[in-house]
Amino acid sequence: MALDARIPAREDAASRLLDKGMQPQSTAPGQTAEHFRQKVWLTWALLCALLGAGFYELHLDFGYVGQKLPFLLGIRLSPDGFIQGAVLTVFVTGCSMICAWMIAVLTALGRLSRNPVAFAIATFYASLFRGTPLMVQVLIIYLALPQVGVVLGGLTSGLIALSLNYGAYLAETIRSGLMAVPAGQREAAMALGLPRWVASWKIIAPQALRLIIPPACSLFVSMLKDSSLVSLMGLWELNFLAQSYARSSYHYMEMLLAAALIYWGLSIVFELVQVRLERRFGRGVVARGRHAAGPRNG
Amino acid sequence: MERSSPPPLICLTQLNKWYGSLQVLRNISFDVMPHERLIICGASGSGKTTLLRCINGLEPHQSGRVVVDGTELTDAPKTLEIVRREVGMVFQSFNLFPHLTVMENCSLAPIWVRKLPPDEAQATALSYLDRVHLAAHAHHYPSELSGGEQQRVAIARALCMSPKVMLFDEPTSALDPVMIKEVLEIITELAQTGMTMICVTHEMGFARRLADRVLFMDRGEIVEQGTPDEIFQHPKSELLATFLSRILHGASAAAI
Repeated sequence: MALDARIPAREDAASRLLDKGMQPQSTAPGQTAEHFRQKVWLTWALLCALLGAGFYELHLDFGYVGQKLPFLLGIRLSPDGFIQGAVLTVFVTGCSMICAWMIAVLTALGRLSRNPVAFAIATFYASLFRGTPLMVQVLIIYLALPQVGVVLGGLTSGLIALSLNYGAYLAETIRSGLMAVPAGQREAAMALGLPRWVASWKIIAPQALRLIIPPACSLFVSMLKDSSLVSLMGLWELNFLAQSYARSSYHYMEMLLAAALIYWGLSIVFELVQVRLERRFGRGVVARGRHAAGPRNG
Repeated sequence: MERSSPPPLICLTQLNKWYGSLQVLRNISFDVMPHERLIICGASGSGKTTLLRCINGLEPHQSGRVVVDGTELTDAPKTLEIVRREVGMVFQSFNLFPHLTVMENCSLAPIWVRKLPPDEAQATALSYLDRVHLAAHAHHYPSELSGGEQQRVAIARALCMSPKVMLFDEPTSALDPVMIKEVLEIITELAQTGMTMICVTHEMGFARRLADRVLFMDRGEIVEQGTPDEIFQHPKSELLATFLSRILHGASAAAI
């Protein structure tokens, strides 16, 4: 599924070759791309079947998995009526993503700013939060701050730590994307008399986003998994639940595999979103042939 | 041309520019009258492009005056906005917006700067695209066009703002001979409509046919200026004579 992203590029490259009057490939480009896609699906199916067969051979207690699955997924609320499991994981990741994105944009602008104070604040922040472990940041916010009178809840602490940590990494990603847009683009916009904000919003941002999306999505997938750190603060997220069920029933293999598969499934959703965003912002750049390539939904 | 008749559209007075300690423009002064076609030539690094970019404020100057259509360029963003609205620019590397279609490239500035309603902006864009023979490609992306076609879109994009003067910065330097021809034809057609233009180019044949006046620059200075005949047939300075012989020996493209 993740590999699907590359197929359109192949199709486009092929049809563009044709378009520019260069030599056609030995087979029709559409066919080649179709074959490629079929083989990708086949290989994926085979690997999934192998994995499934492996699980079957382990003689796992699927009944127990079925019994605990609603809790792992978070369909049921925790005993104290709070969200738990995968739903909590997604909630924490989603909130942190939004906050990290806002922090990162400001930091990236600070790093590109001519204002020395803004530049210094941005570099200081990025250095500090990239240079210290996420785990230590989480613990400082949750366990150490109360010592000086700042008491934050587990969820709040987790969100703050994840946002600040990932914001620092994301800022670098955004900065590199902004810097990679050729200077001629802003000049052309200015020469047309476009106000700065229109040039930034309509010309620079969309082109930078095309470059930012792949690494940013990688960061968010990574954040999805790092969100398990909030279990340190007594939140019943996916990883925590899997471990506690495993411990109490000694079904470690079942529970940890189930948790792993749920994380994987969520990551795949992220990857699908990434594919869509890449297509959206790749318009024109990933050149489509004039005879637009056919439907390519995987 | 008499001084008393219409005021010059562009008026440069004692323009100086430095990059750090390096002086790239020295005491540049000249006027451009409405409908005048000015060609600037000179070796690489002589300051032609920098001069052009000073006229619409893409490069700041350190001393002297740049007045365009009665507005003097200062540090105030307002003056930049006013001047850029009236000055179209075509770049050597096209600088089309790759993520926008040809139509969007052409209608963006009229919508955001001239505040035209989108359908009106698109109609204008289409008429200019038709003039550069690319109306059929309105919904393509720049990457789907050849270099010559991209440069023609860039010309249409600048024209969509209905500028009073067009600046061309080596518009054909990135193109092969066939494409050079198609772009030069468009510029010539534009000149015939009476558009005021300043063009930096190495295409001497084109310059000779098109220009009302030619400036020859070297090391940031205007060394000679005059009619094409004066410049190309009767160069006064050693520098210009050497430059011309080099160019004419080197390029058969000048014959186009």
